[in-house]
Amino acid sequence: MINPDSVGRTFPGAGSVTVSQSEIDAFAAVIGETNTSVAPPTFSIRISLSQYESILTQPEIGVDWTRLVHGDQKFEIFRPIVAGDVFTCSATIETLRVAAGNEIISVRSDLHNGAELVVTSWSTLVVRG
Amino acid sequence: MTEVGMALPEKVFYIDRALLKAYAGASGDENPIHQNEEFALSVGLPNVISHGMLTMALAGKYVTEWAGGSANVREFSARFIKPVIVPAGEKVDLTVVATVTEVDGNTVKLDITATSAGVKVLGMAKAVVVK
Repeated sequence: MINPDSVGRTFPGAGSVTVSQSEIDAFAAVIGETNTSVAPPTFSIRISLSQYESILTQPEIGVDWTRLVHGDQKFEIFRPIVAGDVFTCSATIETLRVAAGNEIISVRSDLHNGAELVVTSWSTLVVRG
Repeated sequence: MTEVGMALPEKVFYIDRALLKAYAGASGDENPIHQNEEFALSVGLPNVISHGMLTMALAGKYVTEWAGGSANVREFSARFIKPVIVPAGEKVDLTVVATVTEVDGNTVKLDITATSAGVKVLGMAKAVVVK
């Protein structure tokens, strides 16, 4: 069960993540993008999802990652990600509800390069009951 | 001239097991339901399925191609309403089209439709681009 007290709280990610050109190149190659001067629009999921996994599976929140299904995803991109960006990533649990035995959480990820907010994204994650 | 109601040309992407493996590595999402058929079946799936985010990334490629590059995408959203099923040894289609829903100066909103084997796989798929 997800701890209902975690709703509305923001949890910091562990440390910072530096984006490398080779990561952008690999992601772009999968979708056939040849211009890798900036990252593709969904690239930041690579950072957010791994941060979600480490943050949301902490005992005080209690998401069971093995039963997780991705319900929806939204990105707001203030500027494109480039190699050399150093991101801190926080996760804010915006809502939690239970439907048909599944726990459904909406989580917001804010990626900051220093003080600059570069990408905000929202994920609906369904923990199957 | 970009006008409301304008339909963008269709593009077909192909997804196979090798692409799922490549996306798993590139995205860090190594969930076995996207690579291991035995595991996928054991958790009640019909077969190995694509990462929803791979489907979305390909739809994103469609949008960026029209918008003139990744740097021109401001917002992008989608619901994962049906899985893209990827049997061994097959290339399955991801067919993407879009319609212009709003034009405000150089900002354009798009509604995107993505289907695989005739089934709609993304819902409420929308993008805002600067063109």
